[in-house]
Amino acid sequence: MKPFCALLAVATMIVTPAFAADTSSITIGFTASRTGPLNVDSTGQERGFEFWRDEVNSKGGIQVGDKRYQVKFASYDDQSVGGRVQQLYTRLVNQDKADFLFSPYSSGLTAAAAVISEQYGKIMIDSGGAEEKPFQLGSKHLFMVITSAGHYLSGAIAALKEKNPHAKIAMVYSDDPFSKTVLAAAKEQAKEAGLEVVMDESYAPSTTDFGPIVNKIISSNADAFMGGGHYSDGATLARQMYDQKANLKWISILVAPADDKFSELGAAALGVTVPSQWEPQVNYKPQFGPTTEEFAKAFEAKLHQKADYHVASGYTAGVVLQHAIEKAGSLDTEKVAKALDQTDVTTFFGHIKFAADPKHHGLQVAHEMVLAQWQKANGEVARQVVWPTSAKSADLIYPINAGH
Amino acid sequence: MLARRPFFWIITAVLAVFAILPVLGNNVELRESLIIAALYITLASNLNLMLGYAGYINFGSIVFFGLGGYVCVWLVSAYAWPLYAAIPAAGICVSALALLFGLGILRLRGAFFALATIGVNEGVQAFVENFSPWGGSSGIYLSPIIFKPFGGPAQGLWVIYFSMVAVMGLSLYLSYAIKVSKFGLGLLAIGQNEDAAAILGVPTPLYKALVYSVSAFLPAIVGGLYFLKSSFIQPADAFDLTLSTEVIVIAMLGGQGTVTGVALGAYLYEELRGFLLTSETFSHFQLVVAGVLLLVIVLFFPSGMMGFVYRQFPRTQKVLE
Amino acid sequence: MLGIFASIIDGVLVGLVYGLAAMGLTLIWGVMDVINLTHGAMLVAGMLVLYLLTAALGLSPYATLVPALIGGFIVGLLLYWIAIHRLVGRPPLMSLLSTFSVNLVLIGIGTAMLGTAPFNVPVSVPGISMGRYTFPGPHILAAVLAAVIAFLLYLFLHYTRLGKAIRAVANNREAAELVAIPTTRVLAISVGIGVSLAAVSGVLIGTLFPFTVLSGDSYQLKGFIVTVLGGLGNPVGALMGGIALGLLEGVVAPFVPVSWTLVIEFSLFVVVLIAFPGGVFAPRRGAL
Repeated sequence: MKPFCALLAVATMIVTPAFAADTSSITIGFTASRTGPLNVDSTGQERGFEFWRDEVNSKGGIQVGDKRYQVKFASYDDQSVGGRVQQLYTRLVNQDKADFLFSPYSSGLTAAAAVISEQYGKIMIDSGGAEEKPFQLGSKHLFMVITSAGHYLSGAIAALKEKNPHAKIAMVYSDDPFSKTVLAAAKEQAKEAGLEVVMDESYAPSTTDFGPIVNKIISSNADAFMGGGHYSDGATLARQMYDQKANLKWISILVAPADDKFSELGAAALGVTVPSQWEPQVNYKPQFGPTTEEFAKAFEAKLHQKADYHVASGYTAGVVLQHAIEKAGSLDTEKVAKALDQTDVTTFFGHIKFAADPKHHGLQVAHEMVLAQWQKANGEVARQVVWPTSAKSADLIYPINAGH
Repeated sequence: MLARRPFFWIITAVLAVFAILPVLGNNVELRESLIIAALYITLASNLNLMLGYAGYINFGSIVFFGLGGYVCVWLVSAYAWPLYAAIPAAGICVSALALLFGLGILRLRGAFFALATIGVNEGVQAFVENFSPWGGSSGIYLSPIIFKPFGGPAQGLWVIYFSMVAVMGLSLYLSYAIKVSKFGLGLLAIGQNEDAAAILGVPTPLYKALVYSVSAFLPAIVGGLYFLKSSFIQPADAFDLTLSTEVIVIAMLGGQGTVTGVALGAYLYEELRGFLLTSETFSHFQLVVAGVLLLVIVLFFPSGMMGFVYRQFPRTQKVLE
Repeated sequence: MLGIFASIIDGVLVGLVYGLAAMGLTLIWGVMDVINLTHGAMLVAGMLVLYLLTAALGLSPYATLVPALIGGFIVGLLLYWIAIHRLVGRPPLMSLLSTFSVNLVLIGIGTAMLGTAPFNVPVSVPGISMGRYTFPGPHILAAVLAAVIAFLLYLFLHYTRLGKAIRAVANNREAAELVAIPTTRVLAISVGIGVSLAAVSGVLIGTLFPFTVLSGDSYQLKGFIVTVLGGLGNPVGALMGGIALGLLEGVVAPFVPVSWTLVIEFSLFVVVLIAFPGGVFAPRRGAL
């Protein structure tokens, strides 16, 4: 990976001087978790940012009035630690003179960064933190492009209800702000749907052995599982439920199965569903930016890996910002914020629109998630979109079998 | 009496520099760097009371900082306490709690004590993660409204900065005052040989409990200030063991048991870390650099920078404590 | 009812592995009063040996125990000469810090080169089912191997010349020197054995769960608890301490929310530390 990044850097250095003569630039600041436990998911998001930047710059930059601006990044490694995030975002604003900000990855880090964006009055596009809380404190410069945590599992619950209206669900999730919010909302939605929640528990994010928890799931007589957190714990849970033959008919795990690395689990991955912000199979008709196919193909051609939803949401942060700047015809923070307030546009990522009322200002209200399932087709294990049925690329498998 | 000694005035001069420099030209970037330095100096000086004077390794000193932050943020968010009342309240609560903890774990010595302090920190973190009045693992968010009495966040951050510099100053004066007092002599005796100190009439259990409690007070206050500035507190940040160990590294780097060395070590460490964290080349290897640096200090310069200075310039020992 | 029974068996199985994971830590601690804070990193090194050799060379997972054992011993000798030798007999803070800094270096290199993404090593050993509960094969195998290794270590310490020398040095270094035991060599070998135990338990843990470069930390913390329960340097004590911890985790789980387990563990740790500074299962301090 490293040599490739270096090559990319050299390539951009060779390409940019051609434009540098008569164009100015916009600086966007962010931190990424290049080390620490959030590294896998954060890297996806950062690839998305970078890919967007390179695409925009290769097309001449962002159009503001009759001038074109090249996009420059200022970024640091936040080590997945909240304390670092605030220090680095302060630096991005004051020293690197960032015009706009992107969010770090995860709800906890985004909440920390949001404080700085508000204290210094900078726009921050959030593509990595789905929790609603930071949006309820009266901030005016924070905009979330992804679906918020409260809606992560609504698709899974609707789908499960259709397959089995009497399903008994075990909810077991990481003790972090994001997962807790997701599952608290899911519990309400399950109740409304008439499904029974037979177990509701959280575990420390550092948990490595889920043996006792899996035994407890078995004792609870649940036939469906919903939970998880981020990559490491989600993958471990999936493997241990398989190893201990938890005999579940349905498994939904947050975040982890959305990464292609999840296929390393082999048979333990089969049948697992994941709420996803975006999959390559979805097909929205974009009013702005590339189509899904263009995006997925170009990304794979350039980085020799498939785009997942963290890449797509990172890319979308850039697309949405670009759309607003071009519409505002200005780099002025307040004018761009106003343009973002009025944004109502469909991209390859889906429909984007932000809440305007002061109690939820900046929260995403239009984008919808899909439910993806790991399935085996033609000997290959891959994620298929199974819900909503209007967007499906394969039929939902229920009950899942194998060892589960 | 303290005011007659030159060292007192050195501390005062350092404080003045901290207070004035960032104000010139409204240099927010410098302020942010100095605020972290002030935080490190406060934490390291107070750790030094235990580590450098009494010879007890507190691996979990960060628990005071985190609890102070929580008490303060909670009083502000849940009961709308004014900041000037919530901050000292945090200090007092945490000090009292430390006295209680101390009576238990100070019966242990050496490595056992060090492990117990890790246990206390991890236990408290796990507890707070489950404690719903404090928001569990999601933590507590503060609205920017808390800075309204100061006229908005921009001014509020300056107020917090000056308060943190003041607390840093208090820590340095306190370290110095204790070092030259009878209490300090007793602590140093405990650090040399606890059994001998007891035989010579030092009330060791009392002194140890007292210094443990005192070393909790200012870190709790600085925790309150720091998390008000962050406007956001969650267990993983409040009880981060890495910060604890960083503070030990700082004390070692500067020279444990000295006031100047620890302060200098804290400042240099912040500069070094800022450089490593933001440099292209080193950002991937910052842990490696920090590790090699610490190893070299421990193996070859165990008395830290001040040890080196004292040896080279013996006369400085009279001026720099 | 069956559920609790299953939890107990599960607790014992996991506990045996915890015990093995702590054994290297407690051995070094007992022999030379050095708390080896690289222990977690050494566990991870074992896991990586497992991952790399199975993925690259296609070795069977359990065959990697041999290279882990030998490699661990050599790394341990290196560790002794680099970070511990100069500090033996100095205040515990010094070796605590030196091993801590070596740990920083190792973790730093690991994350820079491998990232923090989890690795998964699939192991297929048939498990045993009891009603609805299943005990996975790798778990059973790891627990049995842990017990066997502890037993062998016990035999080694009590019935070989070198083992007796190690115990002598642990009890009284000066006296050992007086009877012409080459203490430096004995200390170096003890660190070698300690690290190779860490690497071996790393391999076994790697067959149970996916792991990351940072996974060692939680086992190191559990290792402290096990050591405090089991007493310093005592392999059988460590095994007992591990089982106690595993049982606690397994048996507590059905009755209280899982997230409280950590609170209970650490409270227990501090209380036991204060009440029995020598360890619950150890007759007296330093009794190897």
